[in-house]
Amino acid sequence: MRYAETGFNLEVDLSRGNIERVATDPKLTEQHLGGLGTNSKVLWDRVPADVEPFSAENLLIFGTGLLGGTPAPGANRTIITSYSPQTLLMGYSMMGGFLAPELKYAGYDKVIFRGKSPDLVYVWIHNDKVEIRDASHLRGKGAVETQEIIRRELKEPNAQVAAIGLAGENRVYTASIEQGRSSASRLGLGAVMGDKGIKAIAVRGTKDINLARPAEFLELCNEVLKYIKYRNENPVPNVMTILQGLGSPQEMLHTDEKWHTENFMWGNSRTRRKDFWNDEIERKWKDTQLNVRKRLISCYNCPIKCGAIISVPGISTFMMKCFSKLTYTMAAFVDDLDFGFRIAQRATEYGVDGFSTPQIMAFAFELKDAGILTDADFEGCPSDNEGKFYWLLDRIVRREGIGDILANGTYWAAQQIGKGAEAFAHNNIKKHEQLPLKLGMLNPVYFLMYATGEKVNITQIEGQFPQSPFMTMEEREEFVRDWHQVPDEKFKQIVLDWELRGERSNPYYPTVDMSVDIVDWQEMMHYIDDALGVCAGLSSFPLKPPYHIHNYPHFISSGAGIDMDEEGLKQIYRRNRSLLRAVNVRRGLRRADEKPPEDHWKKRFPELEQQLLDAYYKFRGWNNDGIPTKESLQELDLAYVAEDLEKRGIIKNEQG
Amino acid sequence: MSKVKKKVKTIKIDLDKCNGCRACEVICSAFHANPKYSSNNPARSRIRLIREPIRDVYLPVYAGEYTPAECMGRDQYVMDGKEYEECAFCRASCPSRDAFKEPDSSLPLKCDMCEDDPPQEKPLCVQWCLNDALTYEEREEEVEEGVEIEDVEAGLSSMVDKYGLQAVVDTVNRLTNKG
Repeated sequence: MRYAETGFNLEVDLSRGNIERVATDPKLTEQHLGGLGTNSKVLWDRVPADVEPFSAENLLIFGTGLLGGTPAPGANRTIITSYSPQTLLMGYSMMGGFLAPELKYAGYDKVIFRGKSPDLVYVWIHNDKVEIRDASHLRGKGAVETQEIIRRELKEPNAQVAAIGLAGENRVYTASIEQGRSSASRLGLGAVMGDKGIKAIAVRGTKDINLARPAEFLELCNEVLKYIKYRNENPVPNVMTILQGLGSPQEMLHTDEKWHTENFMWGNSRTRRKDFWNDEIERKWKDTQLNVRKRLISCYNCPIKCGAIISVPGISTFMMKCFSKLTYTMAAFVDDLDFGFRIAQRATEYGVDGFSTPQIMAFAFELKDAGILTDADFEGCPSDNEGKFYWLLDRIVRREGIGDILANGTYWAAQQIGKGAEAFAHNNIKKHEQLPLKLGMLNPVYFLMYATGEKVNITQIEGQFPQSPFMTMEEREEFVRDWHQVPDEKFKQIVLDWELRGERSNPYYPTVDMSVDIVDWQEMMHYIDDALGVCAGLSSFPLKPPYHIHNYPHFISSGAGIDMDEEGLKQIYRRNRSLLRAVNVRRGLRRADEKPPEDHWKKRFPELEQQLLDAYYKFRGWNNDGIPTKESLQELDLAYVAEDLEKRGIIKNEQG
Repeated sequence: MSKVKKKVKTIKIDLDKCNGCRACEVICSAFHANPKYSSNNPARSRIRLIREPIRDVYLPVYAGEYTPAECMGRDQYVMDGKEYEECAFCRASCPSRDAFKEPDSSLPLKCDMCEDDPPQEKPLCVQWCLNDALTYEEREEEVEEGVEIEDVEAGLSSMVDKYGLQAVVDTVNRLTNKG
């Protein structure tokens, strides 16, 4: 019997209308766990390096994690993987919600789509019964609306549905896949879904998920819940509010936005408004948010309420989380939060990424102001800040006029527009729009995470290591006292020694080697979470989370029945990390691509940055160009990867 | 029948506090697995969350007695502007709906407040509800002494209703001979 996982994938060939239930090799679970790990493996094995994202040969993989759907709190993530139309690299975007557990209960660890459907369809998975159904009546329907229609027409109120909106159908590069309060937004995987002709997948499952050593596993779950309760009652002191608790930043709960509105950038990630927040704004924004927020809600089997039901009078209800209430508001220079909720509703129905899309629009209006785009491109566009954003959003998702170019994101749009437009696409990493954040002093840890992260998307608050030093020694001592999550005691000393100014401060402290160690720890937790399907909000994202490197091996051992210790788990992480790197290296990723936006920090240190990259690559067993070496791949049981890279001349023979 | 004092175990359900996570379903189905916790499957849970986010309907409901026939209750309740089916509040394992039946056998499910040896401090759904939508309360009530229908009998009655007495008798005979 297979434990924690089902041992089966669902293979759907959309070109031929063929559906198969395929048993998976348990050895792959031992090697890669599941989720992102096995998704990467499938992509490496089955999709040649030269396949275009919009091609029948490209795969779209909906993966669950190894612990998904088990009683492990927060094990609910769906990890979606394909080649991204934006970056052309492997795109993996993830969502919480309810889909992955339902898929497990239906008896599948992954759904793997290949080919393209000639007509728009949706896929209905009900345990062993799987159908490809006509979706022509859903063409152009909103992503939220579609989920409701499908549940109604199937007469299955308990079915979980993930859908694309108009943006996905039109292959907009920022198209998302929406599911309840969650969405896989980044890197345009909704566009790949639209390209394959899939409007939605609907799932209902009523089978069991088995555990190898149940009593032990439940004890671990109870400990996690107990710690969540403790953390909810004991926020981390001496850090700002959104860093104190668990989950993703509690943007639906908190109404005080002084910090975001005055420290993040407005418009096309350029303008800081230091005196924006005042009593009147505070009152108005609070009223607005509390009036539209119907309930704080959670994902499957998680007590943290990161999302909310949002009902704005006159428009249909939707769900929201995190920072998207502000991204449109700030990109459009609108001082009224009501606009943020209203346009987010339309954007959610269209199914677009709430991070990239507002930036694309702000970028377009900047190009207009600079005379690079002309009035003719904006014929019929209203002049007020709100009206023009609605107008352009409609153009982009319909690919009409200038919207057709902008629908490819700022990088590709700038290439196409030319006339110096490239300089305006200034907030990208690897062709992908980033958080509108501009800071002063380079932080060596974040430099590395921004530059080398395969997810091509991080936030400045991501990770279990504090993002800035504590002011006093008392505060530092207090912080490290109950910090049992550290993989090694040495990290405590770094926090104790880290100063705001002087010799032991950014950018030279943490030192290069310390920075690499810290990044390794943060990446390790992300890779494990994404393979197990556990939400980062309970692990790799916040300070002092309930899941960590010391309890994860026990979850795997008792849950999946795979004997695991910390070293074994670290080895799997390193294997998954280098495999994902190899997928991207095979598609052309090199050191030259590994850089944060030029203006991310005002104070840059080119020499130090090169040292950081050198040290990081060396630590990983990669060469100076960011390519894994043959030896390091062999050590990770990835000799077949080395062989392939060698054949392609990417690994040179003399490297040995 | 004589009156006796009985400790009544109750769960207070605060709909406003429900965050819709369904942890109650997860742990209920795990607790009632055999061996205990060896599997989980919300479709076997004895608590169900009726959850319609777009209408802000969040309603945990517990499984009660098995009933062989549907009742007349098809009315609509409107509370705070939200519409609920009358059935939503009903605990019965009933032919009118799928809830509270084992997915493979259709045998009825019933909440037993997590009877356990040694006894659980509170039912597991309450223990796992960190948002306190479910809280446990005990109170004393005077009740008439009666015989509760045993699990096996309830299960068999439902099988009889579904397949007819003869089919059940034949099956039991066949199983007896096999054994």
